[in-house]
Amino acid sequence: MPDATGLELIGQELGDAVLDTVFFRERATLVIDPPSVRRVLAGLREHGYSFMASLHGVDYYPEEPRLGVIYELLDMSRVDRIAVKLRLPLDAAEVDSAMPDLPQDPGWPTANHQEREVYDMFGVVFRGHPDLRRILMPEDYEGHPQRRDFPLGGEPVLFTFNDTDLPRSSA
Amino acid sequence: MSPVEQPPTEASAVSEYRRREQSITLSALGGPAVESTEDRGTAMTQELLTLNFGPHHPATHGVLRLLVTLQGEVVRDIKPIVGYVHTGIEKTAEDKSYWKVIPVVERMDYLSYYFNAMAFCGAVETLLEVDVPKRAQYLRVIHLELNRIASHLIWLGTSALDLGAVSIFLYCLRERELILDLFEMSSGQRMHTRYFQVGGVIEDIPTGFDAKLREFLKVMPERADQYGAILSANEIFLQRLRGICPLDAETLLSLGVTGPLLRAAGNPWDLRKADPYCSYEDFEFKIPVGTVGDNYDRFAVRLAEIYESVKIITQALDGLPEGPHITTDRKVALPPRHELATSMEALIHHFKLVTEGFRVPPGEAYFPIESPRGELGCFVRSDGSSKPARVHMRDPSFVNLQAFSSMAEGAYIADMIATLAMLDPILGGIDR
Repeated sequence: MPDATGLELIGQELGDAVLDTVFFRERATLVIDPPSVRRVLAGLREHGYSFMASLHGVDYYPEEPRLGVIYELLDMSRVDRIAVKLRLPLDAAEVDSAMPDLPQDPGWPTANHQEREVYDMFGVVFRGHPDLRRILMPEDYEGHPQRRDFPLGGEPVLFTFNDTDLPRSSA
Repeated sequence: MSPVEQPPTEASAVSEYRRREQSITLSALGGPAVESTEDRGTAMTQELLTLNFGPHHPATHGVLRLLVTLQGEVVRDIKPIVGYVHTGIEKTAEDKSYWKVIPVVERMDYLSYYFNAMAFCGAVETLLEVDVPKRAQYLRVIHLELNRIASHLIWLGTSALDLGAVSIFLYCLRERELILDLFEMSSGQRMHTRYFQVGGVIEDIPTGFDAKLREFLKVMPERADQYGAILSANEIFLQRLRGICPLDAETLLSLGVTGPLLRAAGNPWDLRKADPYCSYEDFEFKIPVGTVGDNYDRFAVRLAEIYESVKIITQALDGLPEGPHITTDRKVALPPRHELATSMEALIHHFKLVTEGFRVPPGEAYFPIESPRGELGCFVRSDGSSKPARVHMRDPSFVNLQAFSSMAEGAYIADMIATLAMLDPILGGIDR
């Protein structure tokens, strides 16, 4: 992790795209403005953070804006990690995909499955993703199960004998 | 074997038998001359065929479904379809107190359960800022590395099975039994042991564990030698692996691939060395790396890792420090059983921990470890209550699967099977 000062420096270098920097338990996080995500990721790549280790979705219910997307970047030569976080409101949960190969920025092909997972579980739409479909839930599934207001359990199990009674197939 | 360009192999790599076989031509024997395969049946082979491969197919190592587009026997496109064993473990975890999450996360990647528990406990320990005693860290290392060997054994057995070597599967399971017996001895369970707890391990190792483990450590390298002797000298096995479906380190990195697959391509990235956690800096071991990143390197790297794991376990067992096996912080770990009869305070702590669980300060943590398949990271967000607000596993199988189409496109369908086996995906980890 960069130390708290290092994080501030990176934050200042990236300019007004960075809304806040959080340094908690040795973990450095840049909170950024969602539209500038590609610019920030490309800037961090120039800093050496060239490996995208992970991408998570988070639901901050009841806080607003509710949804969050977190990118975990890693610099393999200095063994240094930095997290980039952006927050999205539920009614405009759209952000640029990290995947496409842009003229100035080769993109992050590893984000493919992970962005699909965040879309599936939280309903965040990644603009420009070449194949944004559900990945873990069935294609005809309704709702985004990892949201905090999605109930746990209580879903009827599909068998052959109740195949016709369930709302999913009768609709 | 493969339309993919073969790396130059030394002359000595071709056996005498193979050279004699290749020197024979049918025309020299007076038979019909071999016609060029190019013009035979061109119309048929140009047609594309989409084949649904799986989800119920023994060679997919779980319920993985592949939509494969074939041109003749050559794979032109692969679309993996996953989610058949999605059980919502991450969602379930949000409804359980922290210590009750451990058994459910263990069931994600069902062959490396200690690793799942380690990543989760590590993330929670980071948030709690609790120190894990040295003895607990060494005990964790012993179990993690035993689990790595067990996981590699299953991989080796099933992969060899896919390539037609049935006997090796039985040998691998024989050694895995020894490891499961050790797990049963230390925790009472053979799989999904719930041995790792936040702050340490649930119980110290019993008497007799040490002797039994040493017996295993003596046996395992000999048996691994035998596997190497059976497989590495097997012409059919080598032909199915050497030079098949290589992928360079740069492409692998851009696809997020870590673990043995990346090391097979020559990049010695291993979190145990690069960013030591859980006292790995105390042990001396090597990181096996490959050269070209073909299927043979993937096989050789994993086989070599078994020896290194044995070395780590030996050192951890020799240097096992005395001391508590779990943190003495009573707000996190249960008090010892004998204290409950005499101490009111211990009874209160016990009651609070069992009913509500411990509360974790609000914040976010990401704890990456080196699992048998690559970087396994656990992201935990706490909102200050006794249940996690979000648990997310960055499972290496889920990310590594993205590299499959880059590896196997342009290869024969039979080589695709071999490549999938060498990729070692665990569907429980992919679908969670």
